[in-house]
Formats: sequence, C-alpha cells, structure tokens
Amino acid sequence: MSDATTIAETPQQADRAITIYEKSVPGRRAAQLPPLGEGVEETPIDQLIPAHLLREEPAELPEVSEPEIVRHYNRLSRRNFDLDTGFYPLGSCTMKYNPRLNERVAALPGHARLHPATAPAEAQGALEVMYLLQESLAEITGLPTVSLQPSAGSQGELAGLLLTRAYHADRGRNPGKVLTPDTAHGTNPASVTMAGYEVVKVATDEQGGVDVDDLRSKIDEDVACLMLTNPNTLGVFDRNIAEIASLVHETGALLYYDGANLNAIMGQARPGDMGFDIVHVNLHKSFSQPHGGGGPGAGPIAVSERVEPFIPRPQVVRVEDERGERFELDHDRPKSIGRLRGFQGNFGVFVRSLAYVLSLGGDGLAEASRLAVLNANYLKARLAEGRAGRYLPVAFDRHCMHEFVLSGAPMKKELGIKTLDLAKRLLDFGYHPPTVYFPLLVDEALMIEPVETEARSELDGFADAIERILEEAESDPEIARNAPYTTPVRRLDEVGATRRPVIRQPR
Amino acid sequence: MAGYAPITPTDQAEMLAAIGVDSIDELFAQIPEDLRLGRPLDLPDGMSESEVYRFLAGLADTNLDAERIPSFLGAGMYDHYVPAIVEAIIGRSEFLTPYTPYQPEVSQGGLQVMFEFQTAMSELTGLPVSNAGLYEGPSAAASAAYLAMGQTGRTGLVASRGLHPHSRETLATHAVGFGATVAEVGLEGGLTSGEELEAAVTEETAAVFLQNPNFLGAVEDVAALGEAVAAKGALLVVAVDPMTLGILRPPGECGADIAYGEGQPLGNRLDFGGPSFGFFCAKEEHIRKMPGRIAGETTDADGRRGFVLTLQTREQHIRREKATSNICTAQALNALAGMVHLAWLGKRGFVELGELLARRTAHARRLIGGLEGFEPLADAPVVREFAIRSERPLDEVLRLPGDEAGPGPLLPVYPLGRDYPEYEDAFLVAITESRSVEDVEWLAHMLEHGQAGWDEHIHDHDEAGNPVANGAVR
Repeated sequence: MSDATTIAETPQQADRAITIYEKSVPGRRAAQLPPLGEGVEETPIDQLIPAHLLREEPAELPEVSEPEIVRHYNRLSRRNFDLDTGFYPLGSCTMKYNPRLNERVAALPGHARLHPATAPAEAQGALEVMYLLQESLAEITGLPTVSLQPSAGSQGELAGLLLTRAYHADRGRNPGKVLTPDTAHGTNPASVTMAGYEVVKVATDEQGGVDVDDLRSKIDEDVACLMLTNPNTLGVFDRNIAEIASLVHETGALLYYDGANLNAIMGQARPGDMGFDIVHVNLHKSFSQPHGGGGPGAGPIAVSERVEPFIPRPQVVRVEDERGERFELDHDRPKSIGRLRGFQGNFGVFVRSLAYVLSLGGDGLAEASRLAVLNANYLKARLAEGRAGRYLPVAFDRHCMHEFVLSGAPMKKELGIKTLDLAKRLLDFGYHPPTVYFPLLVDEALMIEPVETEARSELDGFADAIERILEEAESDPEIARNAPYTTPVRRLDEVGATRRPVIRQPR
Repeated sequence: MAGYAPITPTDQAEMLAAIGVDSIDELFAQIPEDLRLGRPLDLPDGMSESEVYRFLAGLADTNLDAERIPSFLGAGMYDHYVPAIVEAIIGRSEFLTPYTPYQPEVSQGGLQVMFEFQTAMSELTGLPVSNAGLYEGPSAAASAAYLAMGQTGRTGLVASRGLHPHSRETLATHAVGFGATVAEVGLEGGLTSGEELEAAVTEETAAVFLQNPNFLGAVEDVAALGEAVAAKGALLVVAVDPMTLGILRPPGECGADIAYGEGQPLGNRLDFGGPSFGFFCAKEEHIRKMPGRIAGETTDADGRRGFVLTLQTREQHIRREKATSNICTAQALNALAGMVHLAWLGKRGFVELGELLARRTAHARRLIGGLEGFEPLADAPVVREFAIRSERPLDEVLRLPGDEAGPGPLLPVYPLGRDYPEYEDAFLVAITESRSVEDVEWLAHMLEHGQAGWDEHIHDHDEAGNPVANGAVR
C-alpha cells in the first residue's frame, strides 16, 4: 500500500453522485391516484378556494417512475455503512443489534395505523404498551414515575430542566444556575441554555469523576440542578456519587441523570438508588430502537416522587373502578409543565423497546450490561498490547464500565498522524471508527463502546486493524493522512461546504 | 431469554483471563457495594420471539385502527395511503441501522437523502433554506420561537387560536425556559381575526404564529395577515400541512420568514402519534441560526461530488451552551420516508393529490353539513378537513351504542370541545385519498341515523371482542 494515495478508483467511486432531481424526465411518474368517486364533481379548484390563495407554479418535485425510485434509493443505501453490516463502536451511542422482531410488531396495523386521537377506550392495547414500558423503565431506573413523551434524549434533558424550574417555582424559589461536568455531552449545556439557566462547569478529578472539592466550591443556593452521567463519558463509575448527591440535595438542588450510559448498569445499580431525581433514557441506545441514520429515537424521563406532579401531560394511567381495569390518558395534571410535542410521543419506538424488554426480561437486561462491560474491558485489554498500548494510552487506567477513552496524543507526536487520520483509515478496514475528539478534556480522544451484541472475533479484528494501521504509520504516515481510499468518496472538504453553503438542488 | 449476545462461556473465561480478573463481578466492583441493586430486576422473565410476537399482536388487536374502521380523524396526522416502496426502502439495513452521519465518507447515502429532502421541502414551502428535519410538528414551533427571539432580540410571541392546540401548548411550555410571553389571537368566522392580530403585534413581538389551513381546516389569507407582522418587524411563522401545498400558495410567497410543519402525512404511518418528522424552512438570512442538521454539497480529495453535515458551528456538539438548538438525534429515517413518498407522487401527482383532497372534502362538507341537525362551523374555504356543528350533544351523536360488555366506540372524528370549549358542539372531519365516497356516505349515515345505522352496519366482532364496521373493513 505504499502507493496507496494513487490507487485506482473503485467502481463505486466511479459511480458519481446523482440526485433524484437530476434523474427527472418530464412526463414520467409513479403514483396513480384513485378516482374522485361517484358524485364528486371535478370543480375547478379556484371555484373552491379563491385564486389569490392558490399556488401558481407547481413545486419542482422529481418526475420519475417507480422502478427508478427504488433503484435510486437502493444505490444510495449502498453508500452507507450500517450496523447490520459491520462493527460500529461509537462511544456513548450504544450501537447494539436492532432485533427484526421489533420492526415486525411495530408494523402491525393495530399499532401502525392507529390514529393518535383515537378515544382511549378504542386504544386500550396501545395504552397498555405505554403503561408496561413506563413500569419497566421505572423498575430499571429505580424511580417511581415515567413520562414517555420526550422525542429524544435532548428533549428529555430539556423536559428535565423545565421540571427542575417548575419544582423550584412551586417552592417559591428561582435559582439561576445548572452545574454540568466538563465531560458532559454537548446537548447538556445546550439544553440548560434553552431552559433559561446559566451553565457552570464542574472539573473532573484524576479518577475521571466529579472533582468534589470543585463541586463544593460551586454549589450554593443559586444552583437549580447538577446534571451527571454515571458512568460518565470516560466510562468511569463515579464512586463519590453518594457524597455528591448529598452535597447537591443539601442546598435544595436536584440531581439529573443523563441516561446515555445506562447500558452499563441495567440490573446492577439504579440512578434512583444513587439519589438522582430525574433521569432520561435513550430508547435508541439501551433499548434497541434502530438509529435510522439519525433518528427516530425517544427520550422518556423517570422522576422521583417530589418531581412527579410536574411531569408532561398527558400521562398514561391505569384506572380500576366498578367498570373494571382500564388505561386512560390523564390530562388533568394542574402542576404539569405541559406538552413538549404533539400527541403521546414516539409510540412506534415504545413498541420496539417494550418488545426488547419482554424478550430479554429482567435477567436478560442485567446480563446485557454485564456482557457490555466485559466486552469493553476485553477490548481495552487488547488495545493495551503492542503498538496501541504505546501510541494510544487509555485516558484513565482502571477497569472501565461499558466504554473507555484512549488518547491519540502520543500517536500524533511520535507518528505524526492524528486521531482523525486513524479514524479515516479504519474505514478502509471495514470498521466504523469510535467517537473521536470527545470527551473534550482528553487530547486526541477516541471513545470506544463495543456493546454486548458483538462477538469476541469482532473485537479481536478491530484491535488487529488498529495494530496494522499503527504499524504502517511507523513506516509511512502518509497512508493514514490521506485515508480513506476504498469508501464511496474520499475525504470531503467540510470547510468549503461551510464557506459556500449549497444546501439544496439549484432549480 | 433472547440476549442477542454471542459471547459463550468459553469466550467469557478467556476474555476474563485477558483482562486479568476472575469474574465479571470484579469489573463491577467500582460501583460501591451499598449502591448495587443486589437483587434481580422485578420484571418478567424473558420470552421467546414467538411469545413476544403473540403478546404484542394480542394488544394490537384490541385497538380500533384505520384498517378496521374508516377513520376521519385528522388534527395534524392523517391516514394517507403510504406506497409500498416506502416500507421497502426504509426497511433496508443501510438506512435503518446507521448512526447520525458523523463519518461522511461512509454516510453518503443518508447525507444525499438529506440534501434531496431539503430541496423538496424548500420547493414545497417556497423558502430557500431547509434543514434535514426536526422531531415533529408542535416542537418545531418552539424551535421557530427560539430562532425568532435570537434574531430579533425580542421576547413576545403571538399565536393565532387557529394554531394546533398542541403547538400552542408546546410553545407555552418552552416559553417558560426561553423567558418569552405568549399572547393569543382569536378566530372570527373560523379564520384568524385580522383586527385582533394587528392589536396584538407590538415592537416587543419576536414572532407571530399562523397555521394554514388552520386547525379548523380553513384556508387563511396569510399574505394579508402578514402585513401587520412585517410592519412591526416581527417574524412571520407559518405552520403548514405539506399535503395541501400542491395547491395552496406556499408560505414563502406569503411573506413567511419561517415555515414549519408536521411531516407525518408524507410517507409516515400514524403510529398512534409518532415517530414522524418535522420540517423547518426559512429565509436565507436565518441560515446560520437554523436548528438541527443540515446537509451540504462539497467535493472529496479527488474532486468527486459528495455531501457532508454543514454549518455545524450552530450545533450543540460544537457550540454547547451557545448552540442554536439542543437537537442531536432527530428523525432521519422518517424524513427519508417523506422524501420517497414525494418522489413517488412526483411533480404532477403532488398537485393532483391536492386537487383530489379539495374536491372530495368539498363534497363531504356539503353532504355532512347538509344533514338534518348539522351545519358547517364556518363558510371559509377548506382543503382536506372541516368542522361541523351538531344541534344534538356530541355525546349522543358520536357515541355508538354498546352491549352488556360496555359502551360502543366513538365515531372516528375529532371532537373540538377539549381544545375549544367555545366549539363544544363541533367536530373535525378529515379526508384523505383513502377515504372513499362510500366511506363518507357511511359516516353521514352514522351521524344521521345514530343507533339504527350502527346496528345495520356493525354485524361482527373480532377475536378480541371489538365491533368491526361492516361496510368499512378493508
């Protein structure tokens, strides 16, 4: 591969990107609509709606036949790397297998064609699905009440912060600050701002946990909440969590748990037992909802008793009276923060995640977390050997939970290749790279989460690929610097895209 | 138990040896003893695939879905026919199972779909800038408010009472965090009151929210209403139903600064409310303040055309507390479904569908509004949904009789009373290409003849004991 930078174009690379609009030919079409129906008049539209409210020019949509559409999108799909095809160890993203059973049950007409405004009496099965998932997540998080409404983790965070605001307001308080560790996911500070709070960063100690002294110096009556991920984004469980919780609660503040890393501790430990008041759960991480290339997901929140009065409405409740047992949507929640979105949330996601919980059961979920932690520690051990151990030291050298962080700083210094180069070269070996340049406090970070659904051979193959890349970089760093070579396109000019944004097809 | 995990006991022993520990428990020793659960989760045992299927199929069977009864429910989500290719394409592993396209070299498929989707939404709304999608409709209203507040430095929000009640409530929820106030403008004859609007918009107003067609289904004169908004330097935000944009004047031609909407009618299932997608389009000057992902065209190291996530300095993973939005995972797969549906309808089919909806809806409004004891709530033009007033109480009109097991179901139309106490006697009827003339006649018959009609048309119960409409089963 010493000539790697000049290797021949692959057939897929030679097949240049063409959009569906560029395939459009006037007069072609796919859809055939049903007839108007007997008795329905073909009235000119401007006799039904005044002409000045009507469109003059049709929208430029493609004119293509059905076979062309299918071929176009099938070909596009082959320009994606996906989890069903290969190892995808993105840290903090929990890229676990997405069971096909879950797709099948979500597609049943009783779920898929159920209108969200269907009267509760005619949607008992759907409400029971939601109720069972609420109850399951309550048990897993160790908190009594769950609202399924938030659409994704970030909306769950915002919901949690609005709950915090409502909780304090109800006590006649209006604190203005929210603490987040410097290792926090970017959505945390963004959500804090949207909830009208000021972000105050808390430092990380040499164990990778919250720096308790720094926390002590920053916690006061003006702090509304501390947002934490535990295990944190370094894959380290914060042993001081009980002390942290009591520090936070002493001032009247709440403790918020970002559930991005819940996959490490299911059935082992529960945020509620650690003292957290509000938890968001990413159903598209720990509970197997497919990521869909960037959604959909869902971000339910679990809350403690004192936060419960404020949860979003409506809430699914089980009612037992003389008419028997049934499920209702409870809108009558006077202290609720209100709605965060339309209708009841991402129900299709709830069906899939409930199917996952039912398939694994309590023991299966606990075992999933144990194997996720085993896989992470095994891969960490493999990457402590050989060249990886030398050029990519682990950021915090202790047993990790479900993920761990390496630093590419020695690799950059000694071999002259950056973490980005390593990531791009991994693509040529058929692996999706880990999360890179996050968390921010680790120089040239690589954050690796191998999940429980990967076989040992995948982990070994990945470790071997890293070893080979480092070995070839010792003799020729240019190979990695110019990678990738075999992907549908090679390294892309992101700076140019931002400077002169072309974000739609010109007419 | 289906663990979906390939690690065998032999693997486990060898892996533990490589790590240098004797058991997995040792790895969990970092969790303090007193914080460990120390008992099994109180959840049922795992089930086999066939058992899980049977259990969930049993629950699904108890729902009265649009496959079983002709549903005239709308209110933002509609029972459109979704072409078979949508399911086939979004079911492909390559679209279903990747993460957000953080490595563009291996995400060209998804990124190009976003680029095509942005083009389509820009065309539909008549605005030059589109993002790659948001969660859904009502929360997109909150995103619009956040953008408008940042761009104008003002904190007042004004919403027409014709805006979806869920959007108005979502705005109110977010306003608490944004430090905004929300004022409401009433309806007059089923349309936003121009007089009230003019009075409500001030120098403190960041944005005015209209919906077209409004929640009652009526077509608003957005351009006329927008004049008062522009005069005060506020942004005009218009919520639109994408399926009406084949025939209605696009918001970009009516002076809108931002257009957003619920994308469900495009290629997405009802799914009892989600997941679907939201779309968000704006004028050029807002491009660097947009929420969510945006794909852009660029070239690779060899000069090939390619696509990347662009303008990322707006986003939370770079800008953190200064981001234009906190959105990370959104609705890429649902937006793809929308794009495939739009390509299938195509330039002409999209217009034809709008025309079909308008004609069938006009016919249905005439038929149902002309029934004894019923009348249209307003005369304003409609496209695909309309409001009907009933002389008799709705409880009586819509509730179908039951048997010894309990009351019968409600007719699948949307009663307005919960959201609009002033229209306690009215309900919405939504029309799609899936609601035939016969379906509309069935609804008219049910409304007019009540119990007698119900008895004639329901003659069967399914396995779960739910009544199944005779003329309605597909």
